Amino acid sequence: MKIVVTVKQVPDPNSTQSLEADNTLARDKEVVLDPGDECGIEEGLQLKEAHGGEVVLVSMGPERAKDAIRKGLSMGADRGILITDEKLAGADALLTAKALAAAIKAESADLVICATESYDGSTGMVPPMIAELLGVPQLTFAKKVEVNGSTLKVNRQTADGYMVVEAATPALITVTAAIAEPRYASLKGIMAARSKEVKQVSLSDLGVDGGEPAETIESVASAEARKAGSIIEDDGSAVDQIVKVLADAKVL
Amino acid sequence: MAKVCVYAELSEGKLHSAATEILTKARELGDVTVVALGTGAKAAAETLGKHGAKVAYVSEDKVFDDYLAEPATDVLHAIQQADAQDLVLFSFTSDSRDVAGRLAARLGTGLISNASDLSAADGGFVAKVPYFGGAKVASMRANGKPAIVLVRPKSFEASESGGSAEIKEAPGSVGDGSKRAHVLERVVEASEKVKLEDARVVISGGRGMGGPDNFPLLEDLASALGGAVGASRAVVDAGWVPYSMQVGQTGKSVRPGVYIAVGISGAMQHTVGMKTSKVIIAINKDAEAPIMKMADLGVVGDAMKIVPALTAAVKAKKGKT
Repeated sequence: MKIVVTVKQVPDPNSTQSLEADNTLARDKEVVLDPGDECGIEEGLQLKEAHGGEVVLVSMGPERAKDAIRKGLSMGADRGILITDEKLAGADALLTAKALAAAIKAESADLVICATESYDGSTGMVPPMIAELLGVPQLTFAKKVEVNGSTLKVNRQTADGYMVVEAATPALITVTAAIAEPRYASLKGIMAARSKEVKQVSLSDLGVDGGEPAETIESVASAEARKAGSIIEDDGSAVDQIVKVLADAKVL
Repeated sequence: MAKVCVYAELSEGKLHSAATEILTKARELGDVTVVALGTGAKAAAETLGKHGAKVAYVSEDKVFDDYLAEPATDVLHAIQQADAQDLVLFSFTSDSRDVAGRLAARLGTGLISNASDLSAADGGFVAKVPYFGGAKVASMRANGKPAIVLVRPKSFEASESGGSAEIKEAPGSVGDGSKRAHVLERVVEASEKVKLEDARVVISGGRGMGGPDNFPLLEDLASALGGAVGASRAVVDAGWVPYSMQVGQTGKSVRPGVYIAVGISGAMQHTVGMKTSKVIIAINKDAEAPIMKMADLGVVGDAMKIVPALTAAVKAKKGKT
């Protein structure tokens, strides 16, 4: 089974973020492989271990995004593809999806694995767009995946539980953090990753045009802050005060 | 008037509450057509009409219940071909997200996701989108034709405007090629007595609860108040409680009368899903926790003592009245 996992380099969730002058997120800070993608890579590796095949990582970003791919390769993925192009700076979800879909199409993958949404963008729109552009079904919010020949069965997280969804491959799945605990790269894995192939391609290599972005950021303002109320130390009277607030709000 | 189309999500025969919320805003922006697909669509169309929809495209074909995303995308695409809309609105919920992404790619137009507000401006539409972890709000102009925007649930309060929608059969035909992601079974895990999204009181627990064994303390308080229990992402990721309880950016948005945050520090990821609550009470050991700065009442103390005492006090007060 040929598995493609999409990966993204994102600002480190544990670092402080800042904005550029044009109000886009500053992405030159400390960057890491998106934690959600680590779960996707782990699931891909487990499926490969069970069913054989290959795990290919596909990413879009500046050249330094190779580090994110390299991290996935050190976990055990086989090779990587980085789409990098000046025209992709500030790319919206559709252009991102077009570029990724073109690279994935060339791989003829049986299964595409994405995180449900990126840590930094959080639009969650790229995976269904890729599925549509590839012409394959999508099984999203997977917390468990079973492969049986060319049949894929997924437990899809819902608001009050899950649904069992089935489709034939080729297909795209998006995975939640519940899918698998990402493994740590071993020293051997890190050494091996150094000699694994990371191919760099441009938009024209993929035959994709840039385009007008879906949105123009007109302004960025601070989110409306709530006014702080009173803060009290619990000296035994806290319960009475909470009860009063509940009664004033007419929920008690 | 602009032509606005709202995709009204149905799940197991029920209209998602976000549909009427979004419709309440949509009717300010233009003439609204709604699309309701699957079991319960006809009854939903009546509700949607009362909330301002002029036309409702309806189909109760089981194909919409049994297959994810693609059949609904086919219908929305057919509507767009036959009667081009200026704005297509979806809720930012998992089923609608799947449809919106496919539709945008099929139409070759972009979209704006995760919006918390929307307005008409200069002949187009501008969406407000939480940005930078929720600390900022970006105003984004939609360049697509149609403009496609996904709106977070609980961004607007639903209200009826009277009226009824003209019912039309949903156009387009769903081919076998779209019957691919087949729903075999639906499993309900959460035995919620009161739905988190609809509860008048929400009590949420975070890392400060110490462990999953202490969550029954919150359950007791919730049942005394007739409320529901939520949780922060940290404790869901840690496996203490199921995802269905998660409040925040990647979980549910809630807007209860009173929100009680217990042992939750108040990361943006969490607060973006609850900061429109009418009253916020925080119980935390740390007086400096960010949640304290947004709470109407912040209590610095030991939740393990305060919560059971509060439950007892609520029960006593209820007993008297």
